[in-house]
Amino acid sequence: MSNNNHFVAPVEETPLQATDSLKTDQAPLSLWADAWRKLRRRPLFIVSSLMILFLLFVAFFPGVFTSVDPGSCQLSNSEAGPRPGHPFGFTLQGCDVFARVIHGTQASLAVGVLSVICVLVIGVTLGALAGYYGGWLDAVLARLGDIFFALPLILGALVITQLPLFRENKSVWTVVFVISMLAWPQMARITRGAVIEVRNADFVTAARSLGVSRFGALVRHVLPNALAPVIVLATLELGVFIVAEATLSFLGIGLPPGVMSWGNDISSANASIRTTPSILLYPAGALSITVLSFIMLGDAVRDALDPKSRQR
Amino acid sequence: MIRYIIRRLLQVIPVFLGTTLLVYYMVFALPGDPIAALFGERQPPQSVIDALRSQYNLDQPFWVQYGLFLKNLFTFNLGVDFTQQPIAATLARIFPVTAMLAIEALIIQAVFGVLFGVFAGLRKGKLFDSTVLVASLVVIAVPTFVLGFVFQLIFGVQLGWAKPTVGANADWGNLILPAVVLGLVSFAYVLRLTRTSVIENMNADYVRTATAKGLSRPRVVLAHILRNSMIPVVTYLGANLGGLMGGAIVTEGIFNVPGVGNKLFQAVQRGEGPTVVAIVSVLVLVFVVANLLVDLLYAWLDPRIRYE
Amino acid sequence: MNTVRIDEAGTAKDRPILEIKDLAITFTTSAGEFKAVKNAHLSIMPGETVAIVGESGSGKSTTALAAIGLLPGNGRVTGGQILLDGEDIAHASEKRMIELRGSHIGMVPQDPMSNLNPVWKIGYQVRETLKANGRPDGPDDVARVLAEAGLPDAHRRARQYPHEFSGGMRQRALIAIGLSCSPKLLIADEPTSALDVTVQRKILDHLDKMTTELGTSVLLITHDLGLAAERADKVVVMYQGNVVEAGPSLELLQNPQHPYTRRLVESAPSLASRRIQSAKEQGVEAEDLLAPAAEGTSRDEVLQVRNLRKIYKLRQGLGKSSDFAAVDDVSFSVRRGTTTAIVGESGSGKSTVAKMVLQLEAPTEGQIIFDGVDTAGLKGRELFTFRRRVQPIFQDPYGSLDPMYNIYRTIEEPLRIHKIGNAASREKKVRELLEQVALPQSTMQRYPNELSGGQRQRVAIARALALDPEVIICDEAVSALDVLVQAQVLNLLTELQGRLGLTYLFITHDLAVVRQIADHVCVMEKGKLVETGTTDDVFEAPQQEYTMALLNAIPGASLMLPPAVA
Repeated sequence: MSNNNHFVAPVEETPLQATDSLKTDQAPLSLWADAWRKLRRRPLFIVSSLMILFLLFVAFFPGVFTSVDPGSCQLSNSEAGPRPGHPFGFTLQGCDVFARVIHGTQASLAVGVLSVICVLVIGVTLGALAGYYGGWLDAVLARLGDIFFALPLILGALVITQLPLFRENKSVWTVVFVISMLAWPQMARITRGAVIEVRNADFVTAARSLGVSRFGALVRHVLPNALAPVIVLATLELGVFIVAEATLSFLGIGLPPGVMSWGNDISSANASIRTTPSILLYPAGALSITVLSFIMLGDAVRDALDPKSRQR
Repeated sequence: MIRYIIRRLLQVIPVFLGTTLLVYYMVFALPGDPIAALFGERQPPQSVIDALRSQYNLDQPFWVQYGLFLKNLFTFNLGVDFTQQPIAATLARIFPVTAMLAIEALIIQAVFGVLFGVFAGLRKGKLFDSTVLVASLVVIAVPTFVLGFVFQLIFGVQLGWAKPTVGANADWGNLILPAVVLGLVSFAYVLRLTRTSVIENMNADYVRTATAKGLSRPRVVLAHILRNSMIPVVTYLGANLGGLMGGAIVTEGIFNVPGVGNKLFQAVQRGEGPTVVAIVSVLVLVFVVANLLVDLLYAWLDPRIRYE
Repeated sequence: MNTVRIDEAGTAKDRPILEIKDLAITFTTSAGEFKAVKNAHLSIMPGETVAIVGESGSGKSTTALAAIGLLPGNGRVTGGQILLDGEDIAHASEKRMIELRGSHIGMVPQDPMSNLNPVWKIGYQVRETLKANGRPDGPDDVARVLAEAGLPDAHRRARQYPHEFSGGMRQRALIAIGLSCSPKLLIADEPTSALDVTVQRKILDHLDKMTTELGTSVLLITHDLGLAAERADKVVVMYQGNVVEAGPSLELLQNPQHPYTRRLVESAPSLASRRIQSAKEQGVEAEDLLAPAAEGTSRDEVLQVRNLRKIYKLRQGLGKSSDFAAVDDVSFSVRRGTTTAIVGESGSGKSTVAKMVLQLEAPTEGQIIFDGVDTAGLKGRELFTFRRRVQPIFQDPYGSLDPMYNIYRTIEEPLRIHKIGNAASREKKVRELLEQVALPQSTMQRYPNELSGGQRQRVAIARALALDPEVIICDEAVSALDVLVQAQVLNLLTELQGRLGLTYLFITHDLAVVRQIADHVCVMEKGKLVETGTTDDVFEAPQQEYTMALLNAIPGASLMLPPAVA
């Protein structure tokens, strides 16, 4: 073979195209629209969101599912098995298990949703300000976050609920307060990291050079681009907080016994575990399915918002 | 490395002080008589009240109180509980039990979590991977205390493979069932994290370069994929120690393990505030120190950390 | 033809070390099958260097990866042969490939930052290569390998981690690893494109020397035709997965046949710059070859920078800090309607100057005078007006547009911020701007992730033009683009300058681009201004050694080219 041959491919084989022409065959897609399109195709997302919608319906309209009053208990029914109108049987105190499971939905979801909202408000605000402005604010918040981080959720809750203020005023709100107070640092951390990643992006500098104020750039450009990890964490934390509420109630320091909740029911079913385990398994199953729905949703959302899957 | 250790040690001090201050402030400096408040409706024996007053130096100004509280904490002078037993002596007796439980749980989550995670990651998209992924979601969704009851029921009561409750004679074998319950949720998290991390690292440029150097596949996996994938996993294990403590309270309660968590659980249920505060402070100390160790391990795994 | 002679290693001297025939490679993606390489063929003789040139997506890297059996998991060879020393390795077993990698085929990857494992010492990463290929792997062997790649103090360096190395040193370490087992073939995938030009030149020189000594054949992948022609014996041009032209370097450059090659030869900045240079030497005025500069506009000094200084405090742990002068006593002025380039390598402080001129960072000392007014005192309303008149265009086409904003909102934002016009008039203006940067109207509803790098850069230009600014600061505005796209954007900028009388301050590391676009040049090194003058003066008679080094480092500087290609 000669070294000096000069090969030229026929032009028809690789017709020359205009440099950098715009492909306009697909419909325009925003980040959110793209994520939504990906989500819609994920069975995990469909199943979990249907389950969550169902749970929300149960929480708002428990009367649709049962007409039995979960509070009226007759000791004569103690640990009685299922019978028509009472598909899950009765507790030790003779309460209808099915009715209690249905009515308990509300408390779990309320604590989960309210805690996540509080954590989002506190964590995102503080995390974004700290990450964006840096300086002393960042230093103070980092230390404060470290301190709260060193106090594990359950341990912290144990101490806080010992306070007379809480012991005497137990309600959904105190549980929400305890959870938010101990869980905001993680949200702040995530937000701070995401904001720091975005704050030096050229498009933020470009916006500043256009005359957008420093705070304006945070609100218009930095935060919207830092939201993906925040949304993922919030979805996952919904599940985590529901477990936390149930665990606290189980330990006797969460919701007061008067509030219908799965945690309280599991706690009191402890006594019947060897004789009638189903009393424990029904609320436990409801709790697990709820948490599973949120964890699955979080998983699906994480995949859809993953920036790596979006790069061309 | 030495400089990093020193810097890290210096960082731990304000965190520990801040956390104990937070705990102490909440319990003793908020309005009201803290001793009376600690007992709620109940009326403890006068001797207990007197012991508590001297234990917490409530006649002193707040900062002196807090200083003396710290001194007591570091000299393990933790006061007495409801039955006038010294808490420090009780802790010394029950701490090893909890340590055994925690170590077993840590082994379960770290060893098995990493193992399953690596295999799932290396076989991304295959049957094993998908099965493990779905299973891990289910495990994460079941709260520890539900899992505890279910395992107690199935393996303890119905199958009789293990004793449903541990009782006084806690040993490595007896603790396996509670350890599995305690470690299972984190096992699922470790598995998923390892899997993600392995998949990410498999596509890293340096892994391709390592292959281009002529290394065999096992060498590439061990030296370049595994080592690098461990970095986020170690961080998670450290952060999760707190969760392990919370879980221990529940698990020891269910299985009646005579450990720190059970003691705490009983103290909470009996409304013994001072005992709760003393034990929580000790646990915070353990947590902070353990996290320091994890950070050092992290720095050893990732040399970039040491040179920030 | 000679009789086939077999040397000691069993290699036929006149048989190609690598021969690729009719290679086709297909990727399976979620969107279906995608043919990355349709028809690639080339041959490399022992000791020869062959370069594959092409833009991103041309299939050049994929072809090279196939030759070392490192296609990504979703890619596979669907046709043709890859003959390594006569053996077809297109479908070789993984076991066979592990035997061949390292000892027969070496690789020097593109990005020195991501190709060394951050958790292992450099020495370990060299040693495991030697060990895997059955070479002696003692500390002295490791040090020898590193020293041969031009790393001084190799014993100590071997004990350091990658993050303690500069980019150039990392690339030397990677070259050391690639050549440590004296392979017969080295695949070098854009081995220096992430490095500063002067470092690039040194490293390529060293690579040349080493491969010549070892008799290693090199398959060089590059986007830079000038660099390919200078370093390789043969050049293979790839376009859309096909080899469109191949031949001896100089012949191909002087006599390109395929229209794509012609286009490449015309737009490659290093060659264009070289062409202007030889034209000057032969007495042709550069203006005739460049787009006409904005003649007739007033030549007042719209921007004056006087004794500018920026000091950063570097923390050195435990409360101590030291001063670092990122910009040190820099003065220059920019005349209205002209282009001034600030040239320098990474760390020269050129981007810091741009940030200070844009009022995004405050100078430690010195003045920036815009249109006769010192900008130091600008606040509120005045600063807001200043922003209307001075606009930036940034380097990274992927980072300069907010991914959440569609193109309409992106270009409209400056108008809205400055409360110009109503919704209808703003939409009209956006349409005009898109037309000016030659983008179709349908781009308005698209999002940045749907556009190519060049298209994004045009959107950035349109956004910058929205407020009818007088000065545009281009911070490496074309550096990340493929050569053809780069030429296109540069043409657009030149055309807009002529039409709108714009003043450009052009920050770049690429002297070849400077030659094409700038009227004046300021050369910066380590925060200081080392040389300034008209582009012609600086290129023809550089006064400073550093400027000369930069000029010599332009790939293709040594090539002899006719002043204009027919």
